[in-house]
Amino acid sequence: MRKKIKIGIPRAFLYYRYNILWKNFFEMLGCNIILSPETNKDIVEIGKKYSIDESCLASKIYMGHVYSLIDKCDYILIPRVADYGKKDKVCVKFNGIYDVVKNTFPLANILDYNLEFTKWYNEFFAFLKIGFKVNKNIFKILISYFKAKRKERQYNVSLMNSQKKILRNNNLKILIVAHPYNIYDKYIGENIINFFKHEEVDVLFADRLERKIAISYAKDLSNTLYWKYSKELIGAISYYKEAVDGIIFVTAFPCGPDSLVNELILRKIKNIPITNIIIDESTAEAGLETRLESFLDIIKSRCNNE
Amino acid sequence: MNKKITFPHMGDYYIPISYLIKKITKCEVIIPPFITRKTIEIGSKYSPDFVCVPFKYNLGNFIESLNMGANVILQAGGGCRYGYYAELQEEILRNLGYDFEFVNFIKDNHVSIINIYKYAKKINKKLNIFKYFYYLINTITMIIIMDSLGKNIRENMGFEVEKGSFKKIQNEFFEEIKGKIGFIKLIKIYFKYKKKYNNCKINKPKNHLKVAIVGELYSIMEPFCSYNIETKLANMGIEVKRFTTLTYLLIVKKFKLPHLLKKGKKYLKYHLGADATESVVLSYQLAQEGYDGIIHIKSFGCTPEINAMPILAKVSEDYGMPIIYFSFDAQDNEVGVDTRLEAFYDMILDKKNK
Repeated sequence: MRKKIKIGIPRAFLYYRYNILWKNFFEMLGCNIILSPETNKDIVEIGKKYSIDESCLASKIYMGHVYSLIDKCDYILIPRVADYGKKDKVCVKFNGIYDVVKNTFPLANILDYNLEFTKWYNEFFAFLKIGFKVNKNIFKILISYFKAKRKERQYNVSLMNSQKKILRNNNLKILIVAHPYNIYDKYIGENIINFFKHEEVDVLFADRLERKIAISYAKDLSNTLYWKYSKELIGAISYYKEAVDGIIFVTAFPCGPDSLVNELILRKIKNIPITNIIIDESTAEAGLETRLESFLDIIKSRCNNE
Repeated sequence: MNKKITFPHMGDYYIPISYLIKKITKCEVIIPPFITRKTIEIGSKYSPDFVCVPFKYNLGNFIESLNMGANVILQAGGGCRYGYYAELQEEILRNLGYDFEFVNFIKDNHVSIINIYKYAKKINKKLNIFKYFYYLINTITMIIIMDSLGKNIRENMGFEVEKGSFKKIQNEFFEEIKGKIGFIKLIKIYFKYKKKYNNCKINKPKNHLKVAIVGELYSIMEPFCSYNIETKLANMGIEVKRFTTLTYLLIVKKFKLPHLLKKGKKYLKYHLGADATESVVLSYQLAQEGYDGIIHIKSFGCTPEINAMPILAKVSEDYGMPIIYFSFDAQDNEVGVDTRLEAFYDMILDKKNK
């Protein structure tokens, strides 16, 4: 029997957006998937060592994850995303991440695909291309792609439904507005989620709202915004605005898009308590907890007054 | 209400921009005061924490010219975060209590020529499309002339016999294009000053040092932001090469960008976004051509250029090419820049003599 191809997926950045799609696609094609471990102190240290000081924390963590996969698999999956259409660009970090990794780790064997809708590089062809590298049967690739796509949709709907369930109860509700690669990351965001779980406050995630709805709502807050990922988050703010008691931004230092977008929203949304939490490599847990506690106190006293 | 229009500074390009606005709208144009320490202090006071420096400079410009009585602000730009400046700046200025009209020419992350025409037509009813294009062509010609003369200055200023002769001619040239001009006069001015520059006495040794500047556009083109790094290099007797000019960004880039990726195949597979592709590929080419060093300039937190930096480091390693990285923020001090520049100069001089 032929040996199974091992595909390494770094548990950072777009993993949190595409993990269901990638996992199902490659497993149906008969590959083994090797995930990098959850982010820990070592990964952050290695990532810091291999990247420029000024790059954002999320990208440093990404480098650490890639490093941990080298020599453990046949290919490391690194997508390159430029845009999803004329008005839906993404942060330039995703434009260059492939070349940055390639030049920092020349020995790594990389499986890459390109999403650039303005130049007709769309997701379907991208997956055909990478599918062809691991399996020569085109029908199998097609079927795997569509099946994986359906699984992804089902998963997103289930997330959406769980959010709806939360909306129906009477607990305190807080909307966390953060890129999925920040908030679901063990090093950056987990403390925050755990804190609210411990305090028995319900948490809504801005990125779990259905993307099309989110983008249509984003226009209420900003007309000129052209980053797709930021648009989805902002849309969720105007969608959930009435239903939540507080909004928290979680940002990794120094995130380019967030530096402008968060500031704008802080200035535009008036009658809900908002706080902006910026996390870098040296954020202390105690300091973070104090800030979250005081924020929660404000929300609670506000609810009692009403 | 009389409209008094203002716009942000970038190097010497306030001359063509104010010319275009004055001609097509027939309104009063308020050129913001030249950038000083005060501008950046005001700007960074009201800016978000880790936004890049151009935002702070622009905001400082706006506040200073609003205080001078301006009531219409023009903003344009695109490529990276630049395209999103306008909306936040408007919000910040409104919260400060200023009353003004904010006009944003950015559409889908690019400056739209048609939007400019539509806006000008609204103010100035007499404008028609032919006049508009005539003035637009004049402006672009002016920019091209400025850049091509500027190239000459950068190449030769370090070797002038009489100190300050190049600067003097440049000032004369600026005075002349600020006056009444038409297309034909512009061309005449170009040849007149080209001759003047060529007649300027220089003492250029055969084996002089050559250095190229690459990086983020605003920090390169606004001399205040980079502490006049070009003049400093010239005083050290170095020939400076720089690709990023307004001509390049507006016209040449469109045609050149697809070819660049092919040339830089060794290091790049995809575009890095904004001007980072140029930074990498041009450095790579210059390394092959035998330049003595490269100066990489950016503002703090500029994501595209951060993408380029690890790749530049690799180019430097492969070709033994010295590269120095400058990252400018609102609170740098000039002495630090000088010291690093001097160390860099000693290094490339040493390398050359070997």
